[in-house]
Formats: sequence, C-alpha cells, structure tokens
Amino acid sequence: MVIGPGRPFCVIGERINPTGRKKFQAQLQQGDLSRIEIDVAQQTPLADMLDVNVGDPLADEIELMRQAIPLVQSLTDLPLVIDSSVIEALEAGLSAYQGKALVNSVTGEDERLEAILPIVAKHGAAVIGLANDDEIPMEPERRLEVAKKIVSVAGDHGIKPEDVVIDPLAMPVGAEPRAVTLFVETLKLLRDELGVNTTCGASNTSFGLPGRETLGGSFLAIAASHGLTSAIMDARSVEVVEAVRASDFLLGKDEWGSNWIAAYRRKQAAAAA
Amino acid sequence: MTHEEILQGLYDHTLIGNAPEVKDLVNQGLADGLGPESMLYDALIPSLEEVGARFERGDYFVPEMLIAARAMQGALDILRPLLAETGAKPIGTYVMGTVKGDVHDIGKNLVNIMLEGAGFTVYDLGVNVAPEKFVEMINEHQPDIVGFSAFLTTTMPMFKANINALQKAGIRDAVIVMVGGAPVTQEYADAVGADGYAADASTAVRLAKDLIEKRRSAVAV
Repeated sequence: MVIGPGRPFCVIGERINPTGRKKFQAQLQQGDLSRIEIDVAQQTPLADMLDVNVGDPLADEIELMRQAIPLVQSLTDLPLVIDSSVIEALEAGLSAYQGKALVNSVTGEDERLEAILPIVAKHGAAVIGLANDDEIPMEPERRLEVAKKIVSVAGDHGIKPEDVVIDPLAMPVGAEPRAVTLFVETLKLLRDELGVNTTCGASNTSFGLPGRETLGGSFLAIAASHGLTSAIMDARSVEVVEAVRASDFLLGKDEWGSNWIAAYRRKQAAAAA
Repeated sequence: MTHEEILQGLYDHTLIGNAPEVKDLVNQGLADGLGPESMLYDALIPSLEEVGARFERGDYFVPEMLIAARAMQGALDILRPLLAETGAKPIGTYVMGTVKGDVHDIGKNLVNIMLEGAGFTVYDLGVNVAPEKFVEMINEHQPDIVGFSAFLTTTMPMFKANINALQKAGIRDAVIVMVGGAPVTQEYADAVGADGYAADASTAVRLAKDLIEKRRSAVAV
C-alpha cells in the first residue's frame, strides 16, 4: 500500500476499536478477541488498510495487542495501523507485525515524540502525527507548525518525511461550525508547504448528527479535493467508501475510471450471485 | 407581555437555542419585575432539562443541544450577579476538567452549564488537564466536587492517576470525585475509586446535589 498525492485515496477501516462499543469492551476485558473476525470480514471488501485498537482501561492492552495483530494478519492481507496511546502496546503490536506498519499516533508533545519515534524507527514503521500538542490549535498556521515539528523530530530519529502521515484533526462540525473549513485550510497548508501525506479520523466530523454516512461521504470528497490522501473511516459503509472512490475518479486519481468501473462490475456480479 | 408569557417565551426560545431572544426576554422580565429565580427555575432549567431529555431519546442532535446551552449561558450571564445579590448561596462549588491526553469537551461543557443553571459555581479547567493542575485548582478553589471527564477509553486511566495525585497531596477526602464521559461505566468509576458517575448531564447534576447533601449531613453528625 502506497499513500500519496496523485494516487487513489487510502481507506483505513476504523471498526476494530472498542470506543463506544460496550460489548466489545467487556469481551476485551475477558481477553476475548473473537469479535475481531466479524469486524475484519465487514471491512475487508472495501478497505485498503485496517486500524487495530484494543485499548480498554480494564483490560491488559499490551497482551491484547500482542495477540490481535497476528489474529488480524491471519484473517486478511491488508496492511495494518497499530493504534494505541500506550507505548508498550505499540511496541507489542509492532513486534508481532509482519510487514511495514503505520503507527497511530504521536502528537507534537516532546515527551510523546521522544517515547514513540524511537520505536517507530526501530521497527522501520511509518507514523501518524496529530497536529496538536498540549492543546488543539484553532489556527491552521499553528497546526502546520506542530506538523513541521513532528516531521523534523521524526527526521532526527531517521524517519523519512514520506513515513510521516499528518492528521490535521477533523473535529465535529456539529460542535464547531468552522470545523471543516479549518480542516481544509490546514490540509492546503500541509500539502503546499510540507508536502506530507495526510489522514484523519473522518467519523469525528459527523459526531452527534443524523445522516452520518452522507455527511461522511461529502466531507471526504471535499477533503480529498484539498489534498487529504487517506482517512481512518467507516469502511463498512458503501455510501461513504463510494464517495471516496468517486472523488478519486473525479480528481483524476483513477484514470479512465477503471477502478470505479471495476467496482461497479463487482457489485453487479455480487448482486447476480 | 405577562410574566407567564415571558416565562413561556424563555422556555420556548431556550429550547430552540435562540440566544438573542432569550437575552431580550431576560432583560424584559427584569424590567417587568420578574424574579431572577423564577426565570431560572420556572423556565430556563426546565427547558434545558427538556433539551437533555430529547437528546437522550435521540430526538435532538449535538448542535441543537449546544445552541440551547449557549442560550442558557447568555441568560445566566445576566442572572448570575442578581442571584448572588439576593443572597442565594451557591448550592456547591465544582472544579471540572477533561483529563490529560484528552481534548474532548462537548459533554463536559454541557454538564458545566447544567451545573451552573442548577446553582453551582463551576471552575472549568478546560481540556488536557494534568493531575497536578487539578490538585492546584482544588487547593485554590476548595470545591465540594471535582469532576473528571474522559471521552476515550485510552484516557480513562487518568481518573486513577488524578485520584492518586489527590491522595498524594492529602486532599482526597476533602473533595467528592465524580467521573463521566462516553466510554465510562459505573463499574469503571467504582474500580478507580470515584465517588460518583453519571451517564448524562441532568443525572450528573442530580447526583452532584445528592453527594453534597450526603456529605454535609454526614459531617453534621
């Protein structure tokens, strides 16, 4: 999987994550990872990568991550994003992973950078950098500054700029009317001044709102047109993913619409079967 | 406009988050001799409670909740000093913050407004609040209650870290600890040794009152 401008958008499935899933949380607390099989099956038809987060404060996250990574890799060939705020869990996931992983995530805070980047470098992984430090800057220029710092410190650790994917921070538009315009401004700055790949937690945008899939699809199409190259998103939703694939075609990243047309034929064949 | 009409107007316009109209009606009510308590308890609080109930039922969405809260906040800005003048003592003092590593504040802000509406004095420390900061602010404000908010499963362990910091500072027993946030459960609140957990803003207010009541009667004995 190569993420980059000019290439098709990278859809990262967000589903393997206990946030907001009380039942999955309870299972994780029992050390039960069986639900992951369903989560993988629901996402693999449309996703390009899968995010794996098994964090629960009442569970042994490090051990869960150690087991979850080989489990997911036994179920799919898609590359994975290893997602945790616990350094030891990231390390456990990276050690268990076959291939080049993407680590989710580091912020611009010095202590996080110094703790996480050496592990990323050691495992030859790539890393998502959130454009915030101890607060979330509301000005795009300040988010750009944080992003520059992350890329620069990553470089000090031997991590190349192309292995740093910046998250400009997608925030709920239901709580801040300017959330998406700020996001888009930040994307443009990142693309034009830093030239890095970008990602975001796309579902944040539609938090607390009706019609989340329609909002999600429109948001991603807008974001893609301003340079967003990947997103951690609802890969179970045909509507959201199709909006992304359509934007690839419309923005010239799917020449002659060959992916678009192939996906249409797969759908037709599936419907006929 | 009769007092009834003003109260009804306050209720209706808070419900739809019409902040300018709510502010006008509060000023009109004051000019017409309508009591600040009446506007608060007979119109604004019931309205915001209805907003909360609609949200819980899934009939209201986040933006509607936020603009209603903002309308309420505008009214409180006018009424607060007047309520203080009448000698109405705050029900209690609350220090509130989102824990370190977490920057989510929608839920926390709603609870703050509900608390203020109910007569609490609230000191909001914002987001990504370190344990030391909580300790410092508790020492400064001597609140009845401290509230820790977390939206991520990954930041919930900060509840325990905060409680440990209070213990270390020798102030754990001086303050009631309440926790909340989308992924938080009663079970988890108990596990970290919090005194209270509420699933939504109106429950949080009721619980805050109950816990203070309990503590005061316990102290009196």
